[in-house]
Amino acid sequence: MNLKVQLPGMNCKNPVFPASGCFGFGREFAEFYDLSILGGIAIKSATLHKRFGNPTPRIAETPMGMLNAIGLQNPGVDVIKEKELPWLAQFDTEILVNVAGASEEEYVEVVKQLNDVENVSAFELNISCPNVKHGGIGLGTDPLLAAKVTRMVKEVAKKPVYVKLSPNVTDIVAIAKAVEAAGADGLVLINTLMGMRLDLKTGKPILANVTGGLSGPAIKPVALRMVYQVAQAVQIPIIGVGGITCAEDVLEFIYAGASAVEVGAQNFVDPYVCKKIIEDLPRVMAKYGIEDINEARGRSYRHE
Amino acid sequence: MKEDIGIILSNECIAQDTYRMVIQSSLAKQMNPGQFVNIQVEGTFLRRPISISSYEEDTYTIIYKVVGTGTAKLSTYQANDQLNVVGPCGHGFPIHEDQDNILIVGGGVGVPPLYQVAKEYRSRNKNVAVVLGFNDASQLFYEKEFKDLGCEVFTATMDGSVGTKGTVLDAIAENHITNDFLYSCGPMPMLKALEKVYEKGYTSFEARMACGIGACMGCVCKDKKDHDIYYRICKEGPVFEIGKVGFE
Repeated sequence: MNLKVQLPGMNCKNPVFPASGCFGFGREFAEFYDLSILGGIAIKSATLHKRFGNPTPRIAETPMGMLNAIGLQNPGVDVIKEKELPWLAQFDTEILVNVAGASEEEYVEVVKQLNDVENVSAFELNISCPNVKHGGIGLGTDPLLAAKVTRMVKEVAKKPVYVKLSPNVTDIVAIAKAVEAAGADGLVLINTLMGMRLDLKTGKPILANVTGGLSGPAIKPVALRMVYQVAQAVQIPIIGVGGITCAEDVLEFIYAGASAVEVGAQNFVDPYVCKKIIEDLPRVMAKYGIEDINEARGRSYRHE
Repeated sequence: MKEDIGIILSNECIAQDTYRMVIQSSLAKQMNPGQFVNIQVEGTFLRRPISISSYEEDTYTIIYKVVGTGTAKLSTYQANDQLNVVGPCGHGFPIHEDQDNILIVGGGVGVPPLYQVAKEYRSRNKNVAVVLGFNDASQLFYEKEFKDLGCEVFTATMDGSVGTKGTVLDAIAENHITNDFLYSCGPMPMLKALEKVYEKGYTSFEARMACGIGACMGCVCKDKKDHDIYYRICKEGPVFEIGKVGFE
């Protein structure tokens, strides 16, 4: 049975990554299991300077999911380069560095600073985080802006560039195609869906940021639909993400056209979830007669 | 810290909307005063962070208030049901062997984690004054339990239905309590008021959390003096030295 997946810049022992923002830099989860079992790790967004993020409350629960408005809190690219990436080098896994910025130039600058770090396997451009008032939302929702930042980063990047797309758009395929044409090596979809909740006593929003990004099982059908649509429209590989909690979910995303997956909010619910999924995947593959995970890719739309 | 499945020994209502659950688990051996467990509740997505009230050799006790659907569901769990938790989480209350006169101040559902602190100090034969604040008599709990440990116990209720009418600070003044090494947990206005009066001791904070293990950055707070320094309430906390954390 084969679980190995080849992606630009990444030789994954299995298709399971924890998603950016849901795994920090891995330190907390390394207390629970050996991170070397992972196909890869999408680490928390790096920005040029350190960011404290949004005021609290930053978390609200929803039916089968949660809203977050963290606001890209991170120690800045310098600290990530000097402390977090060297610490991660002890694990035998692929490191996908998520990059965010308030301007196109910031993405370029962060990528330049991380270009020569040996254990960086590839970059994942966060052009879709719905929490940052400047930059993010604008870039991810406009095909021209999404293509522009992709092109600018590709010009300087020495590692493959994946672009993580926002689902908060009318036509995800148009954005995906624009990003592919601009030179992206892969796509990651989807980021969180923008939402909100209100406090029944005060009538005010629960999140201090008013709106936040919805994640968890609630968004899985939306993510599957978008992966399914985009996979048939582009040639570059897709990492699927959105509401995955078990090995069966992974298979669904692979059927929809993803080459690999990221597991997000479920890491908060069950710190062992990625380990459990990886261990359970062979059983689920066997159940559905799949010898090689790569064979199952795109089964939903292929004529066999 | 690990995922643990314990067996519920009892789950009983001890005051209005307030429940005490005793769980059998070897996890008890790893616990320190003031830590919490992050509880999986059927039908809700995120876990519920609940402070550990006390622990013995192979059992631990939580006391929680029903405030929403998750805690309402938790209150229906019965003896012999399983309880899935991640824990013990966070940093709790340090115990100081050289402190002889301890003041414990709890407000409402902030009272539970202070019970283990009282146990620790009473087992060392220290003088422990306990002030418990509640809205009214129907919500009062653990007055007797603290007394049984040998603590001097005072109560305050906002409506005066039991103890001093007013806040915990009113009760401290009325009873001329001079112990000044403070352990506190309770609503934010109470913690703020205490911080103006006391300089030594510890405070435990509550926060909306997602992961409870320090990964999601959902529950951060800033340092009181240096706003470039932040703490994760679930990881560096929930207990902090008095005056360390800036109130928003």
